[in-house]
Order: sequence, then structure tokens, then C-alpha cells
Amino acid sequence: MPETVKTYTKKDFTSDQAVRWCPGCGDYAVLAQTQKVFPDLGVDKEKFVFISGIGCSSRFPYYMDTYGFHTIHGRAPAIASGVKLANPDLSVWVVTGDGDGLSIGGNHTIHLLRRNLDINVMLFNNRIYGLTKGQYSPTSEVGKITKSTPMGSLDRPFNPLTVALGAGATFVSRTIDKELKHMQSMIKRSHGHKGTSFMEIYQNCNIFNDGAFLAQTDKDQKAETVLILENGQPMIFGKENNKGVRLDGNKPVIVDIGDKWSVDDILVHDESDYVIASLLSNMTYQTDFPDPIGVLYAVETETYEETMVAQINEAIKKKPKGNVQEIINAGDTWVVK
Amino acid sequence: MGKTIEQVEEVVIRFAGDSGDGMQLTGGRFTESTAIVGNDLSTLPDFPAEIRAPAGSLAGVSAFQIKFSSRDIHTPGDKPDVLVAMNPAALKVHQKEVAPGGTIICNENAFTPKNLKLAGYETNPLEDKTLDDYYRLYSIEMSKMVSLANKDLEISPKIIDRTKNLFALGLLFWIYDRSLESTKKWLGVKFAKKPEIIEANIRAMDAGYNYGETTEIFTTRYKVDKADLPAGTYRNVVGNYALSMGLAAAAERSKLGLFYGGYPITPASDILHTLAAWKHLGIKTFQAEDEIAGITSILGAAFTGNLGITATSGPGIALKGEAMGLAVMAELPIVIINVQRGGPSTGLPTKTEQSDLMQAMYGRNGEAPIPVLASSTPGDCFFAAYEACRIAVKYMTPVILLTDGYLANGSEPWQVPKVDDLPDFEVSFADESNLADGQFLAYSRDKKTLARPWAIPGTPGLEHRIGGIETEDLTGNVSYDPDNHQYMVETRAKKVDAITNEIGPSEVFGNKSGDLLILSWGGTKGACRSATEALKADGKKVSHLHLRWINPFPKDLGENLIKFKNILIPEINYGQLIKIIRAEFLVDAKGLNQVRGKPISSLDIQDAANKLIG
Repeated sequence: MPETVKTYTKKDFTSDQAVRWCPGCGDYAVLAQTQKVFPDLGVDKEKFVFISGIGCSSRFPYYMDTYGFHTIHGRAPAIASGVKLANPDLSVWVVTGDGDGLSIGGNHTIHLLRRNLDINVMLFNNRIYGLTKGQYSPTSEVGKITKSTPMGSLDRPFNPLTVALGAGATFVSRTIDKELKHMQSMIKRSHGHKGTSFMEIYQNCNIFNDGAFLAQTDKDQKAETVLILENGQPMIFGKENNKGVRLDGNKPVIVDIGDKWSVDDILVHDESDYVIASLLSNMTYQTDFPDPIGVLYAVETETYEETMVAQINEAIKKKPKGNVQEIINAGDTWVVK
Repeated sequence: MGKTIEQVEEVVIRFAGDSGDGMQLTGGRFTESTAIVGNDLSTLPDFPAEIRAPAGSLAGVSAFQIKFSSRDIHTPGDKPDVLVAMNPAALKVHQKEVAPGGTIICNENAFTPKNLKLAGYETNPLEDKTLDDYYRLYSIEMSKMVSLANKDLEISPKIIDRTKNLFALGLLFWIYDRSLESTKKWLGVKFAKKPEIIEANIRAMDAGYNYGETTEIFTTRYKVDKADLPAGTYRNVVGNYALSMGLAAAAERSKLGLFYGGYPITPASDILHTLAAWKHLGIKTFQAEDEIAGITSILGAAFTGNLGITATSGPGIALKGEAMGLAVMAELPIVIINVQRGGPSTGLPTKTEQSDLMQAMYGRNGEAPIPVLASSTPGDCFFAAYEACRIAVKYMTPVILLTDGYLANGSEPWQVPKVDDLPDFEVSFADESNLADGQFLAYSRDKKTLARPWAIPGTPGLEHRIGGIETEDLTGNVSYDPDNHQYMVETRAKKVDAITNEIGPSEVFGNKSGDLLILSWGGTKGACRSATEALKADGKKVSHLHLRWINPFPKDLGENLIKFKNILIPEINYGQLIKIIRAEFLVDAKGLNQVRGKPISSLDIQDAANKLIG
């Protein structure tokens, strides 16, 4: 981090382009929170780079007054990798969606996560294809009736957090477009993580999949349907804060805190515990469990670019002042007079 | 012993054997020793796609051809004068191509009933006299002799048998009067940790050499004088290696970071391997998860101010099409190297072809012109790579460099260039001085080159967005305006056309007019030049024009074409350049099209020429 960081306001991160998402789209909230949080990250503005693929959310870079590249469908993680490796000093952000990042670009997403470049991924999950006007996506529920599946979709969905954990992600989190403060803290945590950070955002598409996350966002229901994770704290939720996640053997169960069970019986969140993270990620899309939000998993290990630079430095140390002429002249040569 | 020495001008030798017999290594060593004595030479490795096809099978035959000469040569030769066949399958596959009266040297011990059957021989060709009328046949017990030479060493008979290729090499060294020293030195380095292997190989090679010297069956040794090459320091160079050095030289001269992103694919992988070993030059290599990530990662690196390079082959180039379109739209400098191989689909992974020209020219959605150039010899890959990088950066455009399997793996003596003598390669990134009234116009243009400014992340005040949606002139903002799209399509095409200012006039070898012009591109240059020389020597009014750049063409190409009564375009494809030439210049060019997985021979070109002009 440079010593002299300029001071910014939200306006400094707002481009002159008119935002063109549908009125009421969840994307607006993510853009606003990002622009709000970025002045506080302590990074010179010119060092931010936003890379996106194709889809509604992928228009994001046009609206941020930073360096940005709106690329092609699914490839943002690979392009972002090139940016980061070319200049590891940059703060690189990938904006993608459930179709872009998990269907056409699924391969690039998992390989970015396993390599652990210091890149921040924001995956907007609206469980639908919006830009192409409403086909089911890899996160849509089975039986989804859409234009391409008039009798209901056949594929079983996968859940982004489980995919990320399976790919070896070192930071996995989730937030919701309606939870503005929570989202701000998740953006900050993503930025602070050294390594690839994966943040899923439940995002409502009010045109093609309105209410996909109604249960998790409705004022009357969300206390019962969302589990807000805090590191070192027991996993408690509910209107009366009287429900918790308890381990029955190696299976999580929801229990009432009161007569039979006390707070001491409730599982305490540990962000560094892969087993807990897996267990939490599997609570997704299940009626018996609340959907966890917050940081499920965060561990630090060497980043890809650190190791790459270290190898180059080691090679230079062994063979200083190398040049191409030396390579050209090497080997068996002979002189013609 | 009364051995005579016969002076010859040029010789073509083909080493052939099982994939496990070390024929590429044998050919490579013979090449190095031949280069050192100052002959001009050209080589052609030919190996199967299978790493180890079943031993003794026809599918498992691997070969290496070298032509060397006391004069300037352009091809690895047509029909071999000498065939070394280490087993029956190798003989079966290659015997029919040996020049009549040529020499065939076989490892007699490999002609077992099992191997004969695998090769489809009903009787042993070494014994049934079928070859004797046509060739000088030498049947030598190579396996037995290396076994005897090494019997006191404590290594397994199987490993000893593997030294039989060194016996063959030693024998050829004797026949062509080559020193064994450089190969002994090389063995010492290669097997530094296994002294007994060094010993076994040296004994095998000495045994082969001494066999030539002492036996009665070889009565003649051959001498090929030094070639009359321009004065200078030379080395032997393989195409992919030369290409890698050209990329590194481009990075060094431009002071740009070199970022290579690619996915392993035959025969392009050696470029990745070579660059990965040059970390001490600061080169970054990235083995991506697929072909698409290979090219998209370099696009990210180019956006960030690096020289972005990817190389691929065969189906890999198809997978990169979409990202090339983005590079055209984003106007970022990347170089895409396509080491062409036989297609379609997986095709012939280890064999050469020139069948991706149309894909390089037109294989993208929308109007997406990309400059295309092709290297013509293994050594030329160096200069073509340097030029591709220079043009990409100067014009802010992706550039496609076409080579092929023959150029990539073939080799030739190469006068070593001085990096300092290469054309200027200066780069300046945009900075605050590019602001106009406080605004940065990412799609403003240089008047001459039409290149847009290269503004890289990390530069204060130049924050901007680019993308694959049509960009507005000057600002680079998203634009769906009809007039703007028309203008931008025209401008991107004009930018590519402007590169004609860099490439100079086309060079006609021979008279500027005549009965026939042979027109070539890429790796067929040598065969076309050889054919032209032979036809001219025959009194024919034939000239040769070789194209380095296919997009754009040299300005004067059309004028040159119409000065000839006939035009012949030999290509290792089913007719690709010919379609472009006919469409662009409305000339009645004729094609010579062979897709046999190997270079077109100069003899076939002469035949085709003679048929045209009688």
C-alpha cells in the first residue's frame, strides 16, 4: 500500500455514463455500496480495475470511474488474471453473474479460485438469465418454468459457495442486495483478503425472477430464514434470537434455545474451519435451514502472483543481467569468413 | 585399406526407426555436426502423434530427414539418398521414397519374425533380394555389435540395446567424415549423472565409426564442401526456438514486460517451454486452464501494458476466435501465433499443413480484420516474431503470426543477428499530457497509424472503460449509433491497411515479367525458390514472389501479378491463398494443392509449372 493515498468521495467513483439497469434492479444497490465503500479502502483510485464478462451485472465497470474492461461471456476471471499478473500492485475486481461465472465461465472461475490470485470476485446471483430475457440459469431451482423450459427445467442447480469451496477458494462469503450495511462490510472484507475472494450476492431480478429471494429479504420472514455469521460467535437466528445450529453427530440441526438447549450447545462459527464452511454452504436452498450470510471461510496462504514473482526473482538472482543476445549466441556456433 | 573419398554437392539422409529408437536425437546430433563443418542444411522431423505407439508397428515409426549441401539450399530435400531403417516398419514406411540407386542401411537384428509380421512383410526384405535391384542395401547387426561393445558394463541388456542409434550415427559420421567430438561432449552433459550411460553410448558410436573404417563393405566416403554462405557467425536453429528468441528480443528492445499465456498443444508447446525457462529475463509464462484463458489472459496483460503473446495450433486457433474479436474491438496489442498442423478437428497433430489461412483472415464474427504474416524458414521465425510484436504495438492491434509444423520443428544454419541491429521498437504509454480539457479520449487516434493511445491501469487521471460492445469514436463509450458503427468498422479496416507503409514493396525473384510467376506464402518458400531456380536453369521464363504479409498485401502486388502470363500458387491446403488472390486481383491463378502432412516438394512444383507453361 502506498504511503500517500488521496482522499476520495463516492462521486470520485461515479462515471459520467447513465446507468441502464431496469428500474428496481438489485444491481443498483451493489453499485451504490461499492461506490460508497471504495473511498475508505485506502487505495489510489487509478489502481482499481474492474473486469466483467457478459450479462446485466457485467455492465458494472461502465458505471465505476476506475479502469474497467467489459469483456466477453464468462472470460472475466481469465482476463483479470492477466491484469493481476502483469501488475500485481493493482486492486482487481471481477463482476460476474450466475450464468457468466458459473455456466459459460465456470471453468475460469474454478481455476481462478484454485490458483488464489489476489482478485476479488463479486458474483451476482439472481438465479436467472436476465440479459437474454429470462431463461433458467445453473442456479435456478429444478422445474423452473421459463421460455426455454416450458415444462420446467431439468437440471439440478449448484450452489456457488459449495462450488467455490470445492475449487479451493481461500475466501468465501455471501451477502444480499437488500442488506446494505452487511454488503458494505463484505466488500471491505473481500478487499482485505489476500488471495481470491469470492462473494456471492443474492440479487433480485424484478423483471424475470422477481422474488427469488423474497423469503430472505422480506421484513417479516428474514429473521427466520437468514443466519448472519460472525466469526467466534454462536450461530443464532430467529425473531426472538432463540434458534441455533447445533451439531448432532456430524449433522447440523436447528434447535430452539430454551428448555432443552442452551447457547452453549450452539455451534460457534470459525472462519478458518473448512468443515464448518462446507456444512454452512450446504444449507443453501433448503427449506429446513436458514441461508447463511457473511464470511463462511477465510484462510490466508501464498498467492499465485507472489510465487510467480518469487520464481522470477530467484532466476534473476542466479543469472543476473541476462539478455537475449546471450541466448542467441549460445550453443555451437561457427564462423564463415 | 583402399577407401576412396568422393566429392558430392548435396546429400539427403533420412533416419527412421521406432518411436523409442531415438531417431530425433540421432538426427539432431547429425545436424549439429553437419552445421559445424559449414554445410548449408535443412531438416524435417516427422514423428507420430502417439507418444509410444506399439513397438515395431507402422504407426510408431519416427523419422528425421536432413539435407546438407555445399551450396545455398532451401528445403530438407525430396527423395533421400540414404535411408537408415532401424526396424522393418521403418523400412516399409520409407523405402519407396528413397531415390533409385540410393543407400539403405538396416539394423539386421530388428528383422525378427515378429517385427516382420508387424510391418506386414511376408518374407524378410533383407534376404529375399527384392531390394537389391534398386538400392545399395547394407544389412548390419547393430544390436549385436553394441551388445558386444558394452558386454563388460554393468548395465542391463535392454539399456545397452538402446544405444544402437549411436552405432548408426557413428557409422554415418564415418561415411560423411564428421568429428565425433561434439556429440561426445553433448553426451557428457546430457547424462552427467550417469557415467555408465555416457560410456555405453560412446562405445556404440565408436563401434559404428570403426565398423565403417575397418569393414570391407563400405568402399567410399563422401565429402560435402563448406557452403558459400555470407560471412558471419552461424548456429543451427529450430523454428520454435527462433520464434521464442524473437519474442524475447521484442520485449527487450521495447522494454515491455512479456506475458505469455497458453495451453499445451502440439506442435506449439515448445514455445511455452522455451519461454518458461527464461524467467531470468523477467518473462512471465502462464499455463492457462484452456485455449480461451490462454488468449484472454494475455488480453488482460495487454490492457495492463504488457506485450501479450499466445501460441496455439490446430483446434486451438478456433477456440481463440471470440477473444480475437474482442482484441480487435478493444484495439489492444497482442500476438497470436498459430503453428499450423493438419486438420480439420484433431487432424494430424504432428504433421504440417497451411490450412488455417482462411481462419486467420476471416475466422471471426463480424468485420474483424487482423494483420496476418507468416514466417518462411525456421530462422525467419525469429524476425517474423519480432515484426509481429512491433506492428501489434505500433498499430494497437492483434496480429496473427502463422508458422507450421515443418517450420516449428525444422532447423537450418542461421546467421546470428544482433539484437541492437533490429528495427527500432519504441513504446510510450499515455499519461496526463493526453488529457484534452481534462478528459481522456481512449479512442482518439494517431493520424498516421490510426492507433489509439495505450493508457494502462495505474496511470492517474486516465481512468477509462473499454469493452466488446461497439465503441463510440473518440470517447470509447458504448454506442449503438448507425453512423458510428459504419465509421468504426471502416476505421478498423483502414488501420490494418495502413500497415502497408511498413512492409515495403514485394520482391520478385527473377525477371519482373515472364511466362510464369510462382507465388508462395509461409513454409513453402524454400521449395518454390528451389523449383524456380531449377526451371530458370532450364531456360524457362519463371519468377518467384514470396509473401511475408498476407494482410495487408504489399501495395504493388497486383501490378506484379499482371506482368506474368500464368500464376501458380503451391500451398499445403485445398486452395486458400489462391481464393484471396483471385478475389482481390481478378487474376486466373492456378493452384498446386497437396495435403499429405508434409512439405510440398520442389519436384512437384516443377512438374506443375511445366504442365502450365509446357
